Amino acid sequence: MKTLPVLGAWLTGVFLLVSQAGYAQDCEEITLGSAISLTGKYATNGVHAKNGYEFAIQKIKENGGVKIGDKCYNFKVIYYDDESKGDRGATLAERLVNQDKVQYMLGPYSSGLTKAIAPVTEKYQIPMVEAEGASRSLFAQGYKYLFAVLSTSEQYLASAVTLAAEKAKESGKDPSDVKVAVAVENDPFSLDIRAGVFEDARRLGMQTVIDEKLPRDLSDMSAILTKVKLLKPDLLIVSGHSKGAATAVRQISEQKIDVPMIAITHCEAADVVGNFGAAANDILCSTQWAETLTYEDPIFGSAANYEKEFKAAFPEYADKSVPYQSAQASAAVYVFKDAFERAGTLDKEAVRDAIAATDLATFYGQIKFSTAGNNIAKPMVLRQIQDGEYNVVAPSEFASHKVNWPRKPQ
Amino acid sequence: MEQILGNISLLFEFPVVNIKIILDGIMIGALFALAAYGLALVWGVMNVKNLAQGDFVIAGGYLAWWLANQGMPALLGVPVAFIIMWGIGWVVYKLVISRVIERDLFTSLLATFGLAIMIAQILNLLFGSDTQSIQLQYDTLYFLGGFVDIPIAKLIGVLLAAVLAAGVIIFMKTSRMGQAIRATAQDARAARVLGINTEKVYAFTFSLNSAICGAAGAIIVMVWVIQPFYGITYSIRAFVIVTAAGLGNLPGVIAAGLGIGTAELYGAHIFGIGYQQAVAVVLLLMVLLYRLIQQRRVRQSLQ
Repeated sequence: MKTLPVLGAWLTGVFLLVSQAGYAQDCEEITLGSAISLTGKYATNGVHAKNGYEFAIQKIKENGGVKIGDKCYNFKVIYYDDESKGDRGATLAERLVNQDKVQYMLGPYSSGLTKAIAPVTEKYQIPMVEAEGASRSLFAQGYKYLFAVLSTSEQYLASAVTLAAEKAKESGKDPSDVKVAVAVENDPFSLDIRAGVFEDARRLGMQTVIDEKLPRDLSDMSAILTKVKLLKPDLLIVSGHSKGAATAVRQISEQKIDVPMIAITHCEAADVVGNFGAAANDILCSTQWAETLTYEDPIFGSAANYEKEFKAAFPEYADKSVPYQSAQASAAVYVFKDAFERAGTLDKEAVRDAIAATDLATFYGQIKFSTAGNNIAKPMVLRQIQDGEYNVVAPSEFASHKVNWPRKPQ
Repeated sequence: MEQILGNISLLFEFPVVNIKIILDGIMIGALFALAAYGLALVWGVMNVKNLAQGDFVIAGGYLAWWLANQGMPALLGVPVAFIIMWGIGWVVYKLVISRVIERDLFTSLLATFGLAIMIAQILNLLFGSDTQSIQLQYDTLYFLGGFVDIPIAKLIGVLLAAVLAAGVIIFMKTSRMGQAIRATAQDARAARVLGINTEKVYAFTFSLNSAICGAAGAIIVMVWVIQPFYGITYSIRAFVIVTAAGLGNLPGVIAAGLGIGTAELYGAHIFGIGYQQAVAVVLLLMVLLYRLIQQRRVRQSLQ
């Protein structure tokens, strides 16, 4: 009869949970749908996003749920695994709308999947708040039901260009003397980053000395770095998801690349500090969100508090920092809560209009949508790896540390 | 176009870059050659075109990476991956390959293609989709004013690859099993008549291939990065090399491997790194065309 105490403990646990939920028990449910990558190449980040959704739903529940009129509601999400494939994502979106009768959607992971799903939600006029698709092209289609809480991808590394110009001025040079080298992956997200960098670089009159596209299955970029050595740019931009970050950091140190400023994306995902140690020092990394920022809201508290409570809820994040993919997923759920309460009804069109009118301060940053649906109120942040720590160095109003410049080859 | 010309002129302006490209190409090529070598064995002996070749490589890489994270010395990962992947290869042979080996080409292609997808997804479920690598704490050697750099880790990797290749060649030439494998490759039915247990030879060959791939992967994870879905890049290169060199021509496989590594890096330098893999595929096309013309001349037909 060993099962008896186990059963007893389980029942106690259930009872505790139920009693804790208490007030929330009386609430009804609002069903959201999401096709998300739980397997396939985006699985890691897909799970980060799903955890972010679940955490926010739990927090909202603990704070009394969503209040519409005199009723209260809790969110429930129907998840399907899109296997990181666009066609699968679109099929699942159809299924969520037609079979599960979902009226509101949370986004998938990645720009590619969002691009595949958005036409479906648009067709059925289902409001979708997404948190993981940053490609600028998503917001050039005239979609009315697509909203994104994150900054679009062309902003990811554009601030590095501004920073390089500032530094050039400080050292008595003109921004037009700055030589820029760009190596980005040949995918919509990275090409947006490239466009954003070039837009700013052109405005400041900088010269482009290298402009290369990285292959999807990159594991060696010595050919580009050799050119960097010959042409001596002042700013090197690399974007190729986590493989790009890992390959760049490793080979930059192997080849002793001496560039005063190096900015890349996906440092955290590739864990460049854990994997490459000092080789990652003084590299600039872009991020949507950092737990050291001073944003806050009544549900999640400060950004630091979000980090702390998220780690308590998901112990697997205990020994790393919470990825911004989770934070922005939580913010997307929060946008829905806010919009439902302001709309005061479950009517789809009214909720859509309420989302469009969002102007919300969150732990993740200010959220305010343009008519195209992207968030225009939150800046991208640039952090520098200084002795193994990620410190915010730009834009200057959020900077907690001074940027180390010029970078010394490690 | 302007950029391409600029890149070519860089080669002449700084001749030392050529040395760097050739050295890097040889280092990449050595590892391609290893995977291709295993493919040539399986293709030649069993007439199975193993589309999961690259995925065996990546599986070996993950094995070595996982063991290194458990505290095993990283270099030990190469022999250990060799041994464990041998066992996995044997299991795969018994479960899958032995059932399709007598069937037509299409069946074995489909089976190994399915295997490739399965391995990639299993690795993804076990280890996640992030890129992984082992960072060895060795220095980098610099020559010619710092332009040519050879990380000692890469050097060790290439040496290990050479030792492995030499070991397999000697084994094939001198041991009884090696003779049996070569006999089976020449004519399986005749070999069987002469008392060779071809079933055993097949199992051994496939396991050996899997082990070679595993060791190559263990080296790759120390030198570059791996990801569950990177297998296809190594599969493609292995096919290009074997097609170019021909079956049963092991020195040819090594030469073709090194050549393709170098050609790819020249291509990457001149046309941009996005075209690196395209160079390999264009070379494959050229080789196939050349073969076709050659065979037409002697009035043979491609089957």
